[in-house]
Amino acid sequence: MEYLVGIQGPDFVLVAADNVAASSIIQMKHDYDKMFKLSEKILLLCVGEAGDTAQFAEYIQKNVQLYKMRNGYELSPSAAANFTRKNLADYLRSRTPYHVNLLLAGYDDTDGPGLYYMDHLSSLSKAPFAAHGYGAFLTLSILDQHYRPDLTREEAVDLLKKCIEELRKRFILNLPSFTVRLIDKEGIHDLEKICTGAK
Amino acid sequence: MTVRRPFPLSHGTTTLGFIFQGGVIAAADTRASAGGLVACPAVNKITPIHSHLVVTSSGSGADCMLWERILGREIRLYQLRHRRCLSIRGTAKLLSFMLHPFKGTDVCVALTLCGWDKSGPKLIYVCSDGARLQGDIFSVGSGSPYAYGVLDGRLRWNLSKEEAVSLAREAVFRATHRDAYSGNNVDLFHITAQGWSQRKREELKEEYYRDMERRAKTVEKGKRETVLDALG
Repeated sequence: MEYLVGIQGPDFVLVAADNVAASSIIQMKHDYDKMFKLSEKILLLCVGEAGDTAQFAEYIQKNVQLYKMRNGYELSPSAAANFTRKNLADYLRSRTPYHVNLLLAGYDDTDGPGLYYMDHLSSLSKAPFAAHGYGAFLTLSILDQHYRPDLTREEAVDLLKKCIEELRKRFILNLPSFTVRLIDKEGIHDLEKICTGAK
Repeated sequence: MTVRRPFPLSHGTTTLGFIFQGGVIAAADTRASAGGLVACPAVNKITPIHSHLVVTSSGSGADCMLWERILGREIRLYQLRHRRCLSIRGTAKLLSFMLHPFKGTDVCVALTLCGWDKSGPKLIYVCSDGARLQGDIFSVGSGSPYAYGVLDGRLRWNLSKEEAVSLAREAVFRATHRDAYSGNNVDLFHITAQGWSQRKREELKEEYYRDMERRAKTVEKGKRETVLDALG
């Protein structure tokens, strides 16, 4: 029911998430933000079971901040992703596993932009583009077709708009709006929300 | 022989809360159902926690009563220890973290915290699944889809207090009309910067008869107009 997507460019990562917080058949909120800021240049996008998402994401968020306070420097996106995966894996075979699907997007000053795909079974993979949710079935082929490693920011946003247009056309559920953010060496930028027109 | 529900819905109740220019309105029905039995027709589903916070409850009656008491106790302890009142957002987070260890068990509470703190009116939905959502309008319970139908059409920021109260009452009424697990009476609370105030509990039977009369009058008027038109 929820949708996350990320596209990595040569010097940026573009991410988008839908804004619906649902409970059974009701949309309880139309403006819910599913992105959690881990640090100045790292975003964690989190979907899954109702309480698990916020609990797990905030836990990771606070621990990344704690690392910075203790050690004086921030975790890199790769380290943050592996830390997240380790926590997910540790809880996986406990009595209370976290049922969450994640995308971690970040910009490292040495390694450049990175997009990491994690799922509820705690697999981790660095990928040039990725998506979560039923919407992924509809949009991954579009990303496969049009993605190039040297996309400009405008081209990446256009590709994102193509994906959302496909969801508007073919996905059975109505996802009225999407939050879009871009991470580059300057930090996290809020881009204009994409609305699918149906109000 | 029972009618199967098309999707799983628990929480036999209708509660709602919304923010408007005059503060926060919290409304709920008063029926406690146990399966098909009306266990109690006059339950309090809206409980004040402190002068500026009320909580509407839905889910398991016993769990809600217990957790409301625990919340009240923890808020008071916080106030004594830190010499300041916890914000509504802080209260919601505290409640959510206290409920987290019971996730996956049969504890079933879905509370809406309706309150006023330093940053203005607040409405936060907390449930035992772990969800914690801040918003301007929430309805919880088996009657909530019907209530949303009424609220979404007519809720505006600049309603007067009487209009807001009447809208909340109608939303609960329509939900109780259609939902078997909600009914009997409607409780209404209004929260402002000065604190909460409670309206007298109203029997929905009266609302139903008023609605029937209104419909009868409209039909009468319609018939008279058609006759007049026919006469030219």
